[in-house]
Amino acid sequence: MKAFDYQRPETIAEAIKAASKPGASYYAGGTNLLDLMKVGVRTPDSLIDITRLDDLKRIEPQKDGSLRIGALVRNSDLARNVDILSDYPAIAEALLSGASGQLRNSATVGGNLMQQPRCAYFYDPHSACNLHEVGEGCDALEGENGKHAVLGWTKTCIAVHPSDFCVPLAAMGARVVVDGPDGSREISIDEFYTLPGSVQPPGSALKQGEIITAIILPSDAKRFAPRARYIKLRDRTSYAFAIVSAAAMLHIGDGRIKDARIALGGVAANPWRAREAEDTLNGAEANEASFKKAADAALADAKPSGDNAHKIELARRILVRALKAAADGTPPKMPDLPGSVFAVGKEAR
Amino acid sequence: MAFQISLKINGNGHDVELEDARPTLLDVLRERIGLTGTKKGCDRGQCGACTVLIDGRRVNSCLSLAVSLDGAEVTTVEGLSDGDTLHPVQAAFIENDGFQCGYCTPGQIMSAVGFLGETGGDASAEAVREGMSGNLCRCGAYAGIQDAVLDAQARMSKGGKT
Repeated sequence: MKAFDYQRPETIAEAIKAASKPGASYYAGGTNLLDLMKVGVRTPDSLIDITRLDDLKRIEPQKDGSLRIGALVRNSDLARNVDILSDYPAIAEALLSGASGQLRNSATVGGNLMQQPRCAYFYDPHSACNLHEVGEGCDALEGENGKHAVLGWTKTCIAVHPSDFCVPLAAMGARVVVDGPDGSREISIDEFYTLPGSVQPPGSALKQGEIITAIILPSDAKRFAPRARYIKLRDRTSYAFAIVSAAAMLHIGDGRIKDARIALGGVAANPWRAREAEDTLNGAEANEASFKKAADAALADAKPSGDNAHKIELARRILVRALKAAADGTPPKMPDLPGSVFAVGKEAR
Repeated sequence: MAFQISLKINGNGHDVELEDARPTLLDVLRERIGLTGTKKGCDRGQCGACTVLIDGRRVNSCLSLAVSLDGAEVTTVEGLSDGDTLHPVQAAFIENDGFQCGYCTPGQIMSAVGFLGETGGDASAEAVREGMSGNLCRCGAYAGIQDAVLDAQARMSKGGKT
């Protein structure tokens, strides 16, 4: 690992000042950044350790009914939080479907948003990757690309965003609070991620020195709590990234869907909100035909970026599964296998 | 730039001099303190062989910068037993044949101790498999590991050491 300077500021202002220098990077859980530093893909000149910024460790209900989650809350603590479990259960299920018990204890929610793709060519400093340097090219286009994007990709980059947590965040329209050299601002989760363009690889809206301080879960998403699921298809039942995943949240009254929220994971460089699919469900009956129509709408623009055409049908089916599971109701207790297709099957039996 | 950190490891205070910020907790435990029970498997957070408790929580010590942990309390597999009396998780691993070659075992045991602290003492076999998925065993002793964790849970709920 390349040597780096290390600072542990006591205040957010000091942290921003230190991280505003080019080559500086924030350090919190370290579970993704250290891994990338060990393989030489990330080579920061300095790490700004924010783990002692206690102001960023709180989960606070707000006066307007929203929930403010400090960026340094650990994934496992958020998943066990009583407000999350009762009001935003798909968030807990997504968190618990991701990584391992050890990683969830270290990883922070802010760091989860900043996760880098797990594309093997990005992870190899000797492969061409536009995320290493703009203009380098993309070896994934002609390589092992069975798990790459089917929505929103360009030949600049076909990697997918690896987060589970971000999928229900996208579905419910969460907001990201950032602070930085130019002051504080709020960014909707939709605008937080930028998709790849003709030259630019995917990225985030953060500028050098900006720090995520909190994530805001909107008050109006609480109405989905009785019918909110996150379902994730993966190579093994636990401790694997999504091949495809879906967050589905339904508000049902008088036998009709009054409001629906849908996002897909593992399909694009961002957590993919499927508004067209949501629109097909407004006023529809909560049945398989409606869910299939929604899934067709969600994947209407999908196209394979390589050896991955199968992911389009998988994404359709996992979305139908998630919508059915949501319609059946949020389980009273978190399933032993959170987010698992097997857990969904068991409930159906 | 050199750093001086203090760690409380298995109840004992240690002052450690770091010549720069790079060493992980795993390397400090093994190379500086001489506690080689904690194993280096992948060094990438994928295998769990390096699992220790930091301030009571199980983590991958290979993905934790030691310099950031100044003042932390660390428990390794060497700190579990009370003299010759094994921790219930250690005893359960022996009785249930929860290993073959033994390389992953310290990480499995520390992960199990952490896991059992996270649950309400009523974990099902499926919950154990899910909860222990961050620890790989290339010998494939998973059936014994699952039985050991369930046995340890039963022992600890009967008033054993937590």
